[in-house]
Amino acid sequence: MMATVAARELADGEVVFVGIGLPNLACNLARVTHAPNLVLIYESGAVGAVPERLPVSIGDPALVTGSLMVCGMADVFQLILQNGRIDVGFLGGAQVDRYGNINTTVIGPYERPRVRLPGSGGAAEIAIHARRTVVVSKLSPRAFPEQVDFVTSPGHRSGGVRRAELGMPGAGPVRVITDKAILAADAVAGELILAALYPGVTAAEVKASVGWPLESGRDVGCVDPPTARDLELLRCVLDPKKLYLRG
Amino acid sequence: MSDVSKLMSMRDAVARFVHDGDTVVIEGFTHLICFAAGHEIIRQGRTNLTLARLTPDLIYDQMIAAGCARKLVFSWAGNPGVGSLHAFRRAVEGRDGPRLELEEYSHFGMVARFAAGAARLPFWPLRNYMGTDLPRANPYIRTVTCPYTGEPLATVPALHPDVTIVHAQRADAAGNTQIWGLVGVQKEAAFASRRVIVVVEELVDESVIRSDPNRTLIPGMIVDAVVLEPWGAHPSYAQGYYDRDNDFYVAWERISRDPGELRRYLDEFVHGVPDRAAYLEKHPGLETRLQAKQRRSSGVNYGF
Repeated sequence: MMATVAARELADGEVVFVGIGLPNLACNLARVTHAPNLVLIYESGAVGAVPERLPVSIGDPALVTGSLMVCGMADVFQLILQNGRIDVGFLGGAQVDRYGNINTTVIGPYERPRVRLPGSGGAAEIAIHARRTVVVSKLSPRAFPEQVDFVTSPGHRSGGVRRAELGMPGAGPVRVITDKAILAADAVAGELILAALYPGVTAAEVKASVGWPLESGRDVGCVDPPTARDLELLRCVLDPKKLYLRG
Repeated sequence: MSDVSKLMSMRDAVARFVHDGDTVVIEGFTHLICFAAGHEIIRQGRTNLTLARLTPDLIYDQMIAAGCARKLVFSWAGNPGVGSLHAFRRAVEGRDGPRLELEEYSHFGMVARFAAGAARLPFWPLRNYMGTDLPRANPYIRTVTCPYTGEPLATVPALHPDVTIVHAQRADAAGNTQIWGLVGVQKEAAFASRRVIVVVEELVDESVIRSDPNRTLIPGMIVDAVVLEPWGAHPSYAQGYYDRDNDFYVAWERISRDPGELRRYLDEFVHGVPDRAAYLEKHPGLETRLQAKQRRSSGVNYGF
């Protein structure tokens, strides 16, 4: 369900910077359904990738075979990302807070972490430079605290200062796709609010899974369930080994 | 014709060019990670190393577990598509004796460090890190005011590895090295480095290199040693030669989670073998399982 909903965030012809995990699946689903002209760019250097198998990692050899261009990572980050060529960046996160700041670095204090997470990878610069970002994360009070333990990838506000004032070119995390609802950033305050509910999920349930008093948008919509074709593509074609679909 | 052969065994290359206390870079983004070199460094008992790489991957997890590392310089420390690097986590979360010193960037930051090192500049500017906590965690991430626009820009310092090890599809004996597929940051890392070891799937004649010069990523003039080590990147991969051994990356989750199991792995597959050839004998069936399919490029005309 999350993969399908995330895939719908992508319009045909857009240039998308694909991250590891579920975003990988969502982008490839979008490419074989409504967005055949989606340009997939991976930080590993594959530009216009058309993977014949679901890439296990973002450095999979299947990303190279048949792609439009393969470049070094200095080119990916400077000539493509910093140059402003990315329409959408897809990010995941262990923690996402009220203003869409993402933590993939540590749970607990940096010097003595309770849990050491992998770190930024390319996420910090994607969050800063992509014209907009879409975040994918499962809903729970631990994953959605009022404030993250460490800001790896900046959202809409940092210490009360808005991202534009800090000089960030991109619009930041406009949508957060969870397993129960879609949250969206309020255009003025930059705060995440409830935008749409999955079938059978109540607003109260979502609010109980978030560590701040979650506001509802003006028109809370209902998310369409995946089509039979989406499910068949996901289960039989894109991820038959359930690399991303378990859990 | 160049007559300077830099060809030597992995044992000799590591003995001559990798020393205790060195800053060591074994680069390769998922692709062409030289496990053969990492294993030889472990076998020769190098200690006190500063290990630098964007993605420490399984090879640095193994070197951390083996006690080679004092410090890690990195930007993403996970097992791609699988989960955690558990030896790394134990060394950082402090359940396992002395803590590993960390110097942490993002990918762009690490790439920029290599770019500065390669260009022999003291730092590299980038529009990055505003709103993040990374500069708080790493005081080497600083800012400079642009002298033309007045804009504040982030800076990272040049990285100058003592030795960089690059795995490649092919090179000649002088070290002219050709890579295709994902090229990561190997060119910048090699040019930033004081010494360079190239490890190849195939040793080719200089005429093969000269027939396709645009494919040369690293020129022989910056290379100190050339090692011929087929399958030397396994369980990483070499485009056009063999696929990534994803099953092993999945198995590493179980192996690395248990320090005893990890020690047994190193005893059997690293300390328990004299070289890469013996390692490969312990992995029968790799060719059947992982040999790359044919997807040849059409080639171009270099004539004039």
